[in-house]
Amino acid sequence: MPTMNGHQLTLKDLQPGDEARVLRCSGDGAVFQRLCEMGFVEGAPLRMVRYAPFGDPVEVELSHYHLSLRKAEAGMIEVERRAGEG
Amino acid sequence: MQPMSSPVPRPFAPRERTRSGAPTVLVVGNPNAGKTTIFNRLTGLSQKVGNYPGVTVEKKEGERAIDGLTMRFVDLPGTYSLAAHSPDEMVAVDVLLGHQEGEPGPDLVLQIVDASNLERNLYLLSQVLELGVPVVVALNMMDIARARGIAIDAAGLSRRLGVPVVPVEGHRGRGMAELERSIARALRSPAGGRAAGAGAPPAACREPADVAGSDGPVSPPRPGAFPLDAGMEARLARLHDELAPAFEKARGRGLHSFEVLRAVVDRGGLAERRLSDALGAGCLERIEAVRRGAGGSTPLPALEARLRYAWVRQHLDGCVSRHGGPGVTWSERIDRVLTHRFLGLTIFAALMLLVFQSIFAWARPIMDAIDGAFAALGGGVEALLPEGALRSLLSDGVIAGVGMVVVFLPQILILFFFIGLLEDCGYMARAAFLMDKVMQKCGLSGKSFIPMLSGFACAVPGIMATRVIEDRRDRFATILVTPLMSCSARLPVYAIFIGTFIPRRDVIPGVLGLQAFTLFALYGLGITTAVAMAWLFRKTLLRGAKAPFVLELPSYKWPSVRGVLLRLYDRARAFLLRAGTTILAIAIVVWALAYFPRSPEIGAEIREERERILREAPEGAEMQALLAALEAREGGAYLRDSFFGRAGQAVEPVFRPLGWDWRISMAALASFPAREVIVATLGTIFGLGGEAGEESQALRDSLRRAAWPDSDPAMGGAPLFSVPAALSIMVFFALCCQCGATVATIRRETSSWGWAWFAFGYMTVLAYAGALVTYQVGMMF
Repeated sequence: MPTMNGHQLTLKDLQPGDEARVLRCSGDGAVFQRLCEMGFVEGAPLRMVRYAPFGDPVEVELSHYHLSLRKAEAGMIEVERRAGEG
Repeated sequence: MQPMSSPVPRPFAPRERTRSGAPTVLVVGNPNAGKTTIFNRLTGLSQKVGNYPGVTVEKKEGERAIDGLTMRFVDLPGTYSLAAHSPDEMVAVDVLLGHQEGEPGPDLVLQIVDASNLERNLYLLSQVLELGVPVVVALNMMDIARARGIAIDAAGLSRRLGVPVVPVEGHRGRGMAELERSIARALRSPAGGRAAGAGAPPAACREPADVAGSDGPVSPPRPGAFPLDAGMEARLARLHDELAPAFEKARGRGLHSFEVLRAVVDRGGLAERRLSDALGAGCLERIEAVRRGAGGSTPLPALEARLRYAWVRQHLDGCVSRHGGPGVTWSERIDRVLTHRFLGLTIFAALMLLVFQSIFAWARPIMDAIDGAFAALGGGVEALLPEGALRSLLSDGVIAGVGMVVVFLPQILILFFFIGLLEDCGYMARAAFLMDKVMQKCGLSGKSFIPMLSGFACAVPGIMATRVIEDRRDRFATILVTPLMSCSARLPVYAIFIGTFIPRRDVIPGVLGLQAFTLFALYGLGITTAVAMAWLFRKTLLRGAKAPFVLELPSYKWPSVRGVLLRLYDRARAFLLRAGTTILAIAIVVWALAYFPRSPEIGAEIREERERILREAPEGAEMQALLAALEAREGGAYLRDSFFGRAGQAVEPVFRPLGWDWRISMAALASFPAREVIVATLGTIFGLGGEAGEESQALRDSLRRAAWPDSDPAMGGAPLFSVPAALSIMVFFALCCQCGATVATIRRETSSWGWAWFAFGYMTVLAYAGALVTYQVGMMF
């Protein structure tokens, strides 16, 4: 996994079952705004649920609901693992 | 947060009433919040479906009297936010603000909210409340929320929000009576319903003093859920005041402060574009200056989301409690199977096979019955009327044309039955989730899969099914390529030419015959061309960033039979009224082109011949046979002489390189209303009458016997159809858009003749090129 040291952890890097919290969304434009509106805001709890059978997109549980997004979009969401989990 | 003097929305203006004078209730909500279910419950069969001008958004409305008050409900497309980045998304904002052409603007907003997902659903509410329109909230899906251990204090929430909040279960109809009463009460109340609920006006119009008496934390005055700092608010207000006069002059209407807010926050969005269209690019600089003034490191959209979600949490705190912990829901259990790498894909494939089989095969007997019924009706009319133009117009033009429309209904109904079920229960989003990676390869998303698959049965329902695709570019690319899938109407064309001209030989002995291989290759040609064209369109004509694939995966639920049936009714009616009329018109024009000018010389010749037979031929079977042959020849003679026949002869040089003579050219032209018509046209033109089907041995024999005229310098006397010529015809029909219904449906779904003719044009060019290459390469062997 291209994560860990020196590299900001994003939603894309999480494995199914991992729990995390949103730090911020990067980028701009319509996709960025949509992600914010859907609830990827600072502090929001989330859990990586699964990858689609062909590896993309991914399913995420965000603040009690499920949504799917592509890895390219998941890469825009910076996260931190929730303490003691993941 | 300091109270703001401005930009408070202008007072909610009394609006022009609809013609009937009925107040307008807009039904607003997130996708999957059950908006349509409740709209259906409220309006039943009184719905009217149309399109907003210039966009592809469907406009649904219906009237209903509640407690003696007649009101008009308008169903807005589901949306997560009022930040619009496409013209389609802007429709919701325009209708809400009363800026949409032909829409009087709301007297009340009925906001549908998914109780099992309150946080995200109240985000939109926080925006709607700022518009200054009275609001009633329907807390839908209370049963699902309960099952998840979520308890909601609706009365408390109502006091906090300052609007009525009514718990309902839309799919079971529970709570509807109370909801209806609340709507009527809100509309009747003196302030036009604004002072509804606990007596407090919505946050947007409230002065701080008004909120006394509500318990708990209260909504601050506007900007309420999105409290920018005072400096920023002042800059926004100044920008509004600066732009409003010029905007009013340019557009003839006032500028709402919400539009200015959106223009500033949604960089590159529709509100910004609209301002710069009306006022020139100069105003962009001023908008940008206000953005810079926001300072801080957080971009405005992120700031908006953070503040609104904070507002939502603050309002929910204490009104919502969760118990039972985050145990595994049954929806999650189902998903473990349905999105499983092997099981999930297998079930998906089986489901798609079932859908495909049902529109492809099971619709067939009904379609044949419809064909038969209309043929019988046409026959009946023919028997009643004297021979002539009127009889032919009625039986071959009008009745055949109506039949051509109605025959699509079985496939449309079956496909939309399945789509309705799958969408209603929540599987549709999973299908898109499963297929997205595959469809990304051609620049589309998983949502394009089912429309394109339906194209194999019939492009018409497939194109209608693209409504699930929100992104305009994805949707249009899908609409443009779906007709390339080999639909069931191409089968008769393939059947007759393969059966007649492709030798019964094996490609792989005992396994694969040459005929089957040819059929397979034609289907493959359609698929590969569709994929390539979709990719090309997304790179050129419909170029643009990949649409976000941020897709909610709603909890599974039982589909509502009522909802599915209403949707069927809706689709069928929309097709018959909007596309059907166009198809009928096309059928009648094509009939006229194939009927007229009806030269008297041919009539005289035939009459003479008939008299000669009656005079000279021996009585009995032989005479009957001669007369029947003459009648068949008569049809061919008239057709050759018709405008179409003449056109066929005029364009023969164009189609010559495809190996076609004027008869084939003409039959191809005349098959514009529907591809399969070519079989009947060939039957007529080769003197067998129009009833010869693709299984007709006589038609096959005469096709085999057909030869180029002796006078032809190059081909004189040679057989008309060689294998390359037959292949060239089939390739042409695989790729062309000779289908009036498809053209009419594209026109309806895109609201534009331009796109319809573009689809026809590009497919015709492809078809010509494909047929040309096929014939020319084929002739080398």
